[in-house]
Amino acid sequence: MWTRSVIVLWLAAAVPLAAQSPTYGVGRPPTPDEIRALGSAIAPDGGGLPEGSGTVATGRAVFAAQCSRCHGPNGEGNVGPILVGGQGTLATPKPLKTIGSYWPYATTLWDYINRAMPFDQPGLLKPPEVYAAVAYLLNLNGIIREDQVIDATSLPKIVMPNRNGFIPDPRPKTRSRKNN
Amino acid sequence: MGAAAGAGLLVPYRDALALDTPGKLGAPLGPYGERSPFEKAVRWRRDTKTPETGSSFTPIQDSVGTLTPSSLHYERHHSGIPTIDPAQHRLVIHGMVERPLSLSIEDIRRLPSLTRILFLECGGNSGSEWADKTGVDVQRSYGLLSGSEWTGVPLSLLLAEVGVKPGASWVIAEGADACRMERSIPLAKAMDNSLLAYGQNGEAIRPNQGYPLRLINPGWEGNTNVKWLHSLKVTNQAYMARDETAKYTELMPDGKAWMFTYEMDAKSVITFPSGGQTLPRRGPYELTGLAWSGRGTIERVEVTLDGGRSWVNAHIHEPRLPIALTRFRLPWRFDGREAVIASRATDDTGYVQPTREALIAARGTNSNYHFNGMKFWIVRADGTVTNVDA
Repeated sequence: MWTRSVIVLWLAAAVPLAAQSPTYGVGRPPTPDEIRALGSAIAPDGGGLPEGSGTVATGRAVFAAQCSRCHGPNGEGNVGPILVGGQGTLATPKPLKTIGSYWPYATTLWDYINRAMPFDQPGLLKPPEVYAAVAYLLNLNGIIREDQVIDATSLPKIVMPNRNGFIPDPRPKTRSRKNN
Repeated sequence: MGAAAGAGLLVPYRDALALDTPGKLGAPLGPYGERSPFEKAVRWRRDTKTPETGSSFTPIQDSVGTLTPSSLHYERHHSGIPTIDPAQHRLVIHGMVERPLSLSIEDIRRLPSLTRILFLECGGNSGSEWADKTGVDVQRSYGLLSGSEWTGVPLSLLLAEVGVKPGASWVIAEGADACRMERSIPLAKAMDNSLLAYGQNGEAIRPNQGYPLRLINPGWEGNTNVKWLHSLKVTNQAYMARDETAKYTELMPDGKAWMFTYEMDAKSVITFPSGGQTLPRRGPYELTGLAWSGRGTIERVEVTLDGGRSWVNAHIHEPRLPIALTRFRLPWRFDGREAVIASRATDDTGYVQPTREALIAARGTNSNYHFNGMKFWIVRADGTVTNVDA
């Protein structure tokens, strides 16, 4: 019953004229400050990545200062999860899921560190520091060389070891015949 | 009674109770209610050095009916509960839209609303059950589950208002918690029945549940129901966020993982008698539990009292609502003999809740999420109740 009312509203809004003008006219365009206050969502194609770059060497220092306290000096884990190793374990009885063994996209690493780390001060790192931390973690996992620079161009091109390790939900797409 | 009255012995009820003790006034009326001090049910959580992240479990062993008090609704937070002044909060809808919008809560509350009773279940609920040693009680093994009445505005209405551009296929939802938790939601779901909720159980959503605005995706794993919602970005691709790649994906025995596993399949569990409880004496009891399905309405719940050899249909409380907690019950007499009990739900898609063994045969033991197998309890001869590992 609620679905029907939604459809009615949506159809009403979907007639050609309404497609060009809002029905209710609530709200206002967002201000640049409001957009800035949102997290920077980074797409797997690199969309949304800011200017800046980072190296493995800089990342080593960033990691020691901001990350090692929880993740261990070499990403071996402590209060925070383990960040390295595990490649080749996913099909074994004791899989170790890490950035290197499990994460399918390097852009996710940038997005997550930028928005959620360090745990007690999320959003603390500036874009060059995030690029550097990403570079260090990718190097720690054997994915990039020591001298590789990570920036908005190079990051989306990195092919993570488990890039093809995921399949979309294979369960049958069943749904009640009743209205819900 | 009639005879007593006829004999002239009828006395006012109050006087009969009070005898020689005068009445004593109760507590005064108050502005906001508290439960009885004799009621002790609380959420449970693990001890941790980082109490701002983790899960707290609803005490479903003490639940009655189908709604969870907001104060006992399960929690799964990633960076603490933000304090948000609704007068300052905005929802920004942007990305591939004709007219990006910034909306206040007041704006949203002016729009046509819907109220709907739904269950919410963490994708990781019953994760304990994949292990050799399964959960010892129902709170810690099935308690990342709650039922609420949600009130809000259909997301489809606001997407029509902003005008989704051709080629758009996803909506990236982001919360205003410290870590800005995000999930990618298929546009088809957003247009189908997603709700921008500001009300829960007759009042504003609690801070623990996303005050002042929460995305509700009926039937979908809890993590997609983004709390403290402040951004909806319409895009042409999933953003492969940490919580839809590294987490909330199910690793299969062949080393491949399922992703975008949204629907919570049909599931049920007996909440009384359940692990850790004790039946104080022999005699009649009401065996009861909860059933739910993210794909529809619970059609049938069967109960076994003999370890799965035979099953009987339980009574199901009406009304039965789609994608909502459904209470079942079975009158039962404990006669001092050991009973191995479990429930099995069937929803109106025809799906039957599997055994734990069938789930493990199909998915192995490393998939973490979406465990919906049956839970067996043993009622011992002395009335104590345990899981089957004890």
